[in-house]
Amino acid sequence: MRDLHITVNGQEHRAEIEDRTLLVYFLRENLGLTGTHIGCDTSQCGACTVLLDGRAVKSCTVFAAQADDAEVVTIEGFGRDGALHPVQKAFREHHALQCGFCTPGMIITAVDLIRRKPKLDRNAIRAELEGNLCRCTGYHNIVNAVEAAAKANTEPSS
Amino acid sequence: MIPYPFTYHRPASLKNAEALLASLPDAKLLAGGHTLIPAMKLRLANPAALIDIARLPELSFIHKEGDRMLIGAATTHAEVASSDVVRSAIPALARLAEVIGDPAVRHMGTLGGSIANNDPAADYPAGLLALATTVHTTRRQIAVDDFFTGMFSTALEEGEIVTQVEIPLPKRASYAKFANPASRYALVGVFVADTAGGIRVAVTGAASCVFRATEMEVALGHTFTPDAITPVCISPEGLNSDLHGSAEYRAHLITVIARRAVAAALDDPR
Repeated sequence: MRDLHITVNGQEHRAEIEDRTLLVYFLRENLGLTGTHIGCDTSQCGACTVLLDGRAVKSCTVFAAQADDAEVVTIEGFGRDGALHPVQKAFREHHALQCGFCTPGMIITAVDLIRRKPKLDRNAIRAELEGNLCRCTGYHNIVNAVEAAAKANTEPSS
Repeated sequence: MIPYPFTYHRPASLKNAEALLASLPDAKLLAGGHTLIPAMKLRLANPAALIDIARLPELSFIHKEGDRMLIGAATTHAEVASSDVVRSAIPALARLAEVIGDPAVRHMGTLGGSIANNDPAADYPAGLLALATTVHTTRRQIAVDDFFTGMFSTALEEGEIVTQVEIPLPKRASYAKFANPASRYALVGVFVADTAGGIRVAVTGAASCVFRATEMEVALGHTFTPDAITPVCISPEGLNSDLHGSAEYRAHLITVIARRAVAAALDDPR
């Protein structure tokens, strides 16, 4: 067992956990943040993607202990107080979700992507989303949403 | 999936990591963990202790010093891929890092972890072998030709830690990869480098361990064009044969991919 000190969505937490606890289980079971989904549990599908110190990672393949003294943002950390994050807004406007299971991971991957590469074309977006699978195969509208969000991000808001 | 229990350790320095590795029974180093953790979840790996060296600042750097590049073992694939220094001095290496796994994997996976694991289909072993790299460890320096010894095997001894790689800047280089459509590992990947010591061609994904295609190197030494290697016949003997492709298919693919790599190296802007 170990004492974990972690900041999640801006809030500090201290918890006693087993060393082998995976970050995704800590988020879901200890903190009740079930927006982070477990899809494949083999680091392929990306449904469990969260930001760890600002970078998108697959939380099924990170031990919570590796995130000791680190900062994590989950989907619950976006769109506070009823206002959607611009990427969330773009997903809604472009109907970029069907069943919604992959959506939290898709949005976090998109946020990370737009931070790293503000100028994106559709091919680049598709290549960058290769670690996030949508079993509804709704990729077309997801790409539309990410493209729109990236564009809105580089244009000065009116 | 939940691995067997283990104890997690995060030493504050490389010295402490070495001491822990020597003192803890059945301990393994944890870098990015993107091979080790899946193996532990499947209970194929069962270390009693993990020593996390991913955040040691002394292992995470990219420097260009004269005609060589030094990259710390804990430098992530994302850092190599996006480094202006790597992109201008060895663009082929930045491109190699950019085609490993997916963006989230590249944020965690490290160069040192990749070469210490030496997966037969990993990308970095091809790049480092072709670039005539020297691997620095806590104990010595190892020429890359002596480093990769077999499937998941390297010259590293018990308790030895990769600290950095030293890469002489090539005149030109390129990496071409035919990725398995499911895993994105290389079904065949070929790194071609025009180095001070001559042309070097390294092939990953095709056999149990990365290897140099010496006949291609000789042919390219005479004429550095894609057509120069067309007549070189790669024998399927010893190549992998599995559900993804037969040995004959892989042998053919090596020539196809090597031609692409040479063509791209000719376009290398420097």
